[in-house]
Amino acid sequence: CSSLLVATGTWVPNVVNFPGSEYVEGYETVSINPEDFAGQTVLILGRGNSAFETAENILGVTNFIHMVSRSRVRLSWATHYVGDLRAINNGLLDTYQLKSLDGLLEGDLEDLAIVKDKKGKLHITLRFYLENRNTSAGIDSITLPQDELDNFATRAPYDRVIRCLGWKFDFSIYNRSLGLMTGKGNKKKYPQIKPSYESKGTRGLFVIGTASHSVDFRKSAGGFIHGFRYTTRAVHRLLENRHHGVPWPSTVYPITQLTNSIIKRVNEASGLYQMFGILADIILLREFEYLEEYPVGVLAELEGQTGRKAPNGLFVVIMEYGRNFSGADKDVFYYNRAVGEAQHAWQSNFLHPVIYYYKRLPTEHEMRLRPPDWPLPRPDAVHHIVEDFLTDWTAPNAHILPLRRFLENCLSTDLRNFFAESCFLFAFTRQKLPPFCRQGYMRMQGLVGSERLRHHAVEAGLLEDYTLTDFLGDGPPDSHEGSQDHLLRDNAIPVHPLQHLVTAKDE
Amino acid sequence: MSAQKDRWVFSFFFLLFCASSIRMQGSARLLQELSPQEYFSSLQAGRASLAYFSHNVSPGAQPFLEQIENSAEALQDYGISVVKVNCPKEDVSRYCGEENALRKAYLFRGNMLIREFPTDALFDVDSIVANVLFALLFNEVKYVETLADLQNIENALKGRSNMVFAYVPATGTAEHRAVMEAAFVYGTVHQFVLTTEATLLKDTGNDESDVSSARLLFCHCQQATDLAQPCRRTAMGQTLTMLNIHRHLKLMGAPLVTEVAEDPEKVSTVHLQLGLPLVFILSQKETYEADRRTAEFVAWQLLGKAGVALLSRDLVDLNILLRSNVALKTPDEGEPVKYLVLEDTDEVITLVEDKNKVEQIQEDEEEIEEDEDEKENNNQDVQDDQVVEAVSRDKKRELPLEQILVLTEETFHSALLETARTVVLFYASWEAVSLAVLRSYTEVADHLKGTRGILLSRVNCWDWPGVCTKENVTQFPTMKIYEKGGRSVMYSGMWGTEELTSFIMLNRVSCPLRLATIDEAEGYLRGEFPPELSSYHHTSLLGVFSTATSEAREAFEEAGNLLSGHVMMGMYFEDDALALSRKYAVSPPALLLARSRGQSVEGIALSKESVQDMVQMIRYELLDVFPEITVQNLPRYLQLRKPFLIFFSDGDLGQMESKEMLKLAKERPQQAFVACWLNLKKTPVGRGVLKAYFATMPSLPVLIWVNLHAGGHVFKFPSELSITEMNILSWLEKLKAGLEIPSSTLSEEDWKPPLPAYDFLQMMEMAVPETPLRTSHRHRDVPQQYPPESSGGDTGVQEESPQDSKAEKVGSPGRDLRGTAPRLAAREKQGKRHSEL
Repeated sequence: CSSLLVATGTWVPNVVNFPGSEYVEGYETVSINPEDFAGQTVLILGRGNSAFETAENILGVTNFIHMVSRSRVRLSWATHYVGDLRAINNGLLDTYQLKSLDGLLEGDLEDLAIVKDKKGKLHITLRFYLENRNTSAGIDSITLPQDELDNFATRAPYDRVIRCLGWKFDFSIYNRSLGLMTGKGNKKKYPQIKPSYESKGTRGLFVIGTASHSVDFRKSAGGFIHGFRYTTRAVHRLLENRHHGVPWPSTVYPITQLTNSIIKRVNEASGLYQMFGILADIILLREFEYLEEYPVGVLAELEGQTGRKAPNGLFVVIMEYGRNFSGADKDVFYYNRAVGEAQHAWQSNFLHPVIYYYKRLPTEHEMRLRPPDWPLPRPDAVHHIVEDFLTDWTAPNAHILPLRRFLENCLSTDLRNFFAESCFLFAFTRQKLPPFCRQGYMRMQGLVGSERLRHHAVEAGLLEDYTLTDFLGDGPPDSHEGSQDHLLRDNAIPVHPLQHLVTAKDE
Repeated sequence: MSAQKDRWVFSFFFLLFCASSIRMQGSARLLQELSPQEYFSSLQAGRASLAYFSHNVSPGAQPFLEQIENSAEALQDYGISVVKVNCPKEDVSRYCGEENALRKAYLFRGNMLIREFPTDALFDVDSIVANVLFALLFNEVKYVETLADLQNIENALKGRSNMVFAYVPATGTAEHRAVMEAAFVYGTVHQFVLTTEATLLKDTGNDESDVSSARLLFCHCQQATDLAQPCRRTAMGQTLTMLNIHRHLKLMGAPLVTEVAEDPEKVSTVHLQLGLPLVFILSQKETYEADRRTAEFVAWQLLGKAGVALLSRDLVDLNILLRSNVALKTPDEGEPVKYLVLEDTDEVITLVEDKNKVEQIQEDEEEIEEDEDEKENNNQDVQDDQVVEAVSRDKKRELPLEQILVLTEETFHSALLETARTVVLFYASWEAVSLAVLRSYTEVADHLKGTRGILLSRVNCWDWPGVCTKENVTQFPTMKIYEKGGRSVMYSGMWGTEELTSFIMLNRVSCPLRLATIDEAEGYLRGEFPPELSSYHHTSLLGVFSTATSEAREAFEEAGNLLSGHVMMGMYFEDDALALSRKYAVSPPALLLARSRGQSVEGIALSKESVQDMVQMIRYELLDVFPEITVQNLPRYLQLRKPFLIFFSDGDLGQMESKEMLKLAKERPQQAFVACWLNLKKTPVGRGVLKAYFATMPSLPVLIWVNLHAGGHVFKFPSELSITEMNILSWLEKLKAGLEIPSSTLSEEDWKPPLPAYDFLQMMEMAVPETPLRTSHRHRDVPQQYPPESSGGDTGVQEESPQDSKAEKVGSPGRDLRGTAPRLAAREKQGKRHSEL
């Protein structure tokens, strides 16, 4: 077959081998009935959501629970990564830090050993002691840490030890010729794939679902249902193009709709929001073509992957957190963490839309050389829409106006809206019309506007009211000094705003 | 400008210097102190001196003495010496002896006493100089108190000399001094007359000026011949200062009209030197006399404001349009002379006066711009979108939306089934244009209140994106009319109350409407049928078909579907269709076009046409022959892509013009241009158009030819010609032949971004110079260079050691990378954070 979609998840449990690991129960088989744990003392190996979820489930009935793991706990609200400990599971932190009932310990599981005594209680000791003991001797001859250090932390015996150490991808069924390699470093539990979710070794082999998380491990939500439903759709669209010649779905709009369509998407698009930093909307210019939720890691291959052409540059709309904001040890509640002014939007910390502008499609080389932590290489211009407490980016002055100025300057045009009356004036007095008049008024779809609105525009100095200056402009030239002053003043007011409206400064 | 000023300030002082060249040299102190003997023996014939006698300096006289001392320098310029005479104690002579005499100052010419001043009349330098000169120039400056005196002097001067008439509210003021100083220089040239009587001023016709400010009038009596008439006067506009008076008199002394016979670029007159414009009246041999009179007339009007020169074109070879009759040269160096075609002298005057106005306005603007510059592009965050701004200014007002049903995802489909026609406006509550349309939509709802069979509703796509996507709403706003049966039409016209209402109303009847009887057909053509549309009078189209011609009928019906809501179309294909077609002299298939309620019915034969052609043809036929252009209908005529011949009228068309223009428009059905007119009362923005074409509002009505699609040249029909078909045609011929110069040309400028955007890329690089951005190989515009040692991989921001911050305090700004941390911190402080709320 020409394509293979691997959606086998990561089902192989991580197992650690140490002396006594045969006494350990696995997350995949352990009872979920809290009554089975009544009055017991439980040791949980691991510190992820599954470990805490297990603890949470039995917390009320146990004697106490201890948790051992190599790394420190990472809270997802600090890291902005849903794979870290979610607040809904972290009840044990309370009973540890406030009630001194349960506890967390750090240590390498490889160094542990578990010894079962005659009563069936499980004791923690160190592999080191086991290696030095006389093998022929019984259980009593095994040195326990508390024999030497009588306040050793886990000196109390446990009734049960549960392993919640996570999962990995099952590589076993793939022949080596497929070249389905494990990821590097902390991604080794996932197969290595390209940002297009295609295997690096085999063309046509796509990994989707949670197994595809190597693309955005510890960054975005691609390993979880709320994220991979969008990345899987992206794979579908890539395949549609590749095998059926169906280009990536797109909508073509007139340039006047550019600001609006970006605003609409950043407010409504769940794929951008969940798969921040990974999926991005692509806007291909000249009239513009809007492509939704493209995997931005393969931006350089856009034309081939989508069947759409980008001859005149493009915008990439993506959501980002502030750099240096998220992290396990970061204080995400520090004073002044939120930016309020549009002009400082680039310092926004919370998830906010960022728009990159490229005059031409970045090459693969540029993509590879992009700065670490950057989803994209250096753009020709970039715009941040300032973070918003309500994640509602529709404020006319703080959100839409700066975005419009950014787009105007990238495209070197004027994207303002005009009432029909202004378009009428421009039609008679200028050879070229602004896009809004061209697209609307000239096609007999002008915005007439109510009397009140036009009045407001006149008050704001953005529209000239010619009925007002009527009698003044008409009268014979007046030589009276007093009335001349009057005339001057009345003239001076409308002239300035008109200038404001008409002159197109390029600075 | 300032160079010019310096020039004439200099020339004035040169003049003063000449006038005072007789002054005594060599005295170290300006105020001499002499004994009476010394003083009286030093008096020379013809030399004026101001003397003050004192025994010992009495305390009360001290301030006065100071003022005397201060005025010594000013008086010396006029050859008047100031002397303090120290009286010996025992002296009881005339000046030293009397108790009273010591409270006075004495003015001598030679040894003759001219005037004695009480010290309280000499309160400051201005008053001393004014009073002393006033006394010395007794003959040169006549003081008058009554109108009769003034008239006597004026009459006596007629034909001999000019008069400078000054009014000062009081003597001894700065203005008085200025007048006296001018009189010292010009007293022999002009007769100076001074008054403090405000009534005299009123009688000279300057009734609007208030009596608290001094005035100066130049009376041109030298040329006056008629004893009964007062001399012509030119008031000085500026305040009375020595320089202004000098300038004014200089201007008055310049010839009224300068005759020149060289290139205007090279001409320089006193006016240009004084910073005033110079107007050239271009003359020819044949019209010299008339031109001369015109020039003089204009010169009198502009006296003091601009100079007038008469240029004989026969003597100078000018490469300019033959029709040009006026040229304007401004004092600004480097600005070329402008050649103009003006029609009356008023235009010349407004040209000069408006020029001043324009400059003044420009100055004001510059000031504003400077202010704005100070704020450093802060207007970037000021809304400059008229629609967005207008809507946001209106947002606090609650809209009268009770006539409009709110639909949601749930209620949308059920609502469509309830009424024969449901109008739905899809909008987004954050989007300005759709909010603007929503306001018009409420007005539509108000108009249609109580109309049966129509339900007005709206869907906010911000709340219900799903239903909007399903209904294929790709932009805001979108308006659709859903029929109960399921058919829907999308609106694609102007977003105005009137257009929306008419669209909704016209949609109530099918298009085309099948008419059953000949009476209905006639009623339809008169706009009376169908009755529900009788109040929305439109041009009615009636397709007449004999039953045989079904092909044309189908195309017509198809076209009707496409034009539904925009055009009123009916069709008649009953057996007696022939009777109808005979009445209007057409043979079916044919179109009958009834304009203005059937007053005129045109017949058009239908040939076999495609639907698209038919739509095109109908659209074209609906255009008026000589339309009134409005904001709403202009695009329809612009689509013809032809030049416009447009008649701007202030109010309704005159009968004659209307007739002539209509003739012009009608007689050439395949016109190469659109003949139309514009009612400035109804479409006031037309004034904006005219203002853009001509710097000033031209006199109305005015006929303009403008080619909007090619070249953008604007031509103005000569206003001296009457608007007749013949005149216009021959003018158009001239245009075509290129014999006319356009009044203006439309700007070809592109629409650029009105203001710059925030440059976040640069801000990032400034704040974090080691930004990862720069590891990208495109170092296009790295803003700052740092010394090489700092590029050794330190990230700078967090790793700041105490010594580093000390180094920053010592101050090596910008040189050291480490300085960026405090800079970043400072930047962060500037930003207002909304969590502080």
